[in-house]
Amino acid sequence: MEQIALELHNLRVYYGNFLAIKDVNLSIPRNQITAIIGPSGVGKSTLLRAINRMNELVPGCRTEGEIIFDGRNIYDPKVDPAEIRRRIGMVFQKPNPFPKSIYENIAWGLRINGFRESRAQMDEAVEGALRAAALWDEVKDKLHQSGLSLSGGQQQRLCIARVIALQPEVILLDEPASALDPIATLKIEELMRELKRDYTLVIVTHNMQQAARVSDYTAMMMLTGEGERSGTVIEFDRTKVIFTNPRDKRTEDYVTGRFG
Amino acid sequence: MIANRYRLPSSPFRSDGLHQRRKWEERAVKAILLLLALVSVLTTLGIIYVLFQETVLFFRQVSFAQFFLDTRWTPLFLSKRFGIWPLVNGTVLVATGAMMVALPLGLLAAIFMSEFANERVRRILKPFLEVLAGVPTVVYGYFALTFITPILRAIFPQTQIFNAASAAIAMGFMILPMVASLSEDALYAVPNSLREAAYALGATRWEVATQVVVPAALSGIAAAFILAISRAVGETMIVAIAAGQQPKLTLNPLESIETMTAYIVQVSLGDTPHGTLEYQTIFAVGMMLFLMTLGMNVASHLLARRFREVYE
Repeated sequence: MEQIALELHNLRVYYGNFLAIKDVNLSIPRNQITAIIGPSGVGKSTLLRAINRMNELVPGCRTEGEIIFDGRNIYDPKVDPAEIRRRIGMVFQKPNPFPKSIYENIAWGLRINGFRESRAQMDEAVEGALRAAALWDEVKDKLHQSGLSLSGGQQQRLCIARVIALQPEVILLDEPASALDPIATLKIEELMRELKRDYTLVIVTHNMQQAARVSDYTAMMMLTGEGERSGTVIEFDRTKVIFTNPRDKRTEDYVTGRFG
Repeated sequence: MIANRYRLPSSPFRSDGLHQRRKWEERAVKAILLLLALVSVLTTLGIIYVLFQETVLFFRQVSFAQFFLDTRWTPLFLSKRFGIWPLVNGTVLVATGAMMVALPLGLLAAIFMSEFANERVRRILKPFLEVLAGVPTVVYGYFALTFITPILRAIFPQTQIFNAASAAIAMGFMILPMVASLSEDALYAVPNSLREAAYALGATRWEVATQVVVPAALSGIAAAFILAISRAVGETMIVAIAAGQQPKLTLNPLESIETMTAYIVQVSLGDTPHGTLEYQTIFAVGMMLFLMTLGMNVASHLLARRFREVYE
């Protein structure tokens, strides 16, 4: 088995008194793509957002348990969430570039994270991020146009470039292609396969084929517990195993399309 | 089955009583509402008509050159001069001072309420701002004269009793709630996905607020500012009480000045006979004021519309 990038121990997430995610234990392998699948409302996005501490921006949200990243628990009170979010980047469901130029969309993140080099080095960093996100050739002549002027697929790759520029170790993707057309989706998937050489990727997806196509590992989530209201990971394995020979009957029913 | 328990008239082409009654009801309601809407339009037109009529009478006796090129405003004196600029100067001086107070404080209050305060704090704070907006302007006038002016005189002994600065500061506090509330609306309208994007890149709350949310809401904030300026330009009571009655071209806020609105009050309350040239001056001044605020309101409207287009 590969090296481990992230280890989740007994992770629980509450919204107020409501236990949304219950006792998740997961070891996410480094430089692999891990997909989180499961029916709607099971807490896939909540689990993903627990990994870079985005949940705590939601009033009333509380997290218990640990996530070990780079040898320490990211929920340790001494840890700065902003630092965690830089090293564990996130791409959202709907492309959300800033209403700034394409160049500034990338430069801004660098600047707030302490990039103090020359203009030429900033140019280089922006170009590098856009190249890594397979967007450079399409935008190199209009770097100073608004990021909002791009197509949906290009905007999403710009959002990926913005994350890559910060040299993260992990990239979380929350249904990154669900608002895109099939061709743009394919480009994003291709890009993900490229990116796993340098990064650990975790993707939430509703699309079974997508999970089967791009991911190496798959975590299957289901509602469990009292009244079946709290989501948890019921099975985690190589994607090939999950889709061909799952241990859990519920996983089999789900991936073969019998429900969900 | 529900269909068998009662019957409704069924033909869509019926011309029975029910159909006729509802048709007339609709028409009557529409007509009454239209009439009510017209009242405000007609009032506006009436005001413009009166202003225009008296302004025309004024400009029959005073040329545009006298009005726009002279630098003295002394229509109530024996040697009459009709240069509008001293009054405009007074108005702009006070409005600028008011904005220097209201703009930073209002924007910071809006940023705090929209980006930092939790729901409970916001619920307590907002009513306070609204109370501030409900204080009668005459109270602000006395507040300026009896509270702010003495403080100014303690700091700058050369300050005159009636001065532009104290009126400007009081006016700044008066329009503060308006700036704060309208700016907060603009900040609030910025989609959450942008904030999330910024946080996910490792930004702090302050960076998100000032470098992402405020720039994204800029045209809405600008619209709020312009509306506030136009309110400041039109404000009367504070300047009539605290700013003085000496039209002059000056940039020194510690001197006594006169604004356009204060001049109109002065003439309206004095013993200037109806129909005289002195009387007509206030319509010319009023017209000037109207055109200034109209221009700003239109600008604000256009900005606000551009703002909405971006996010819908």
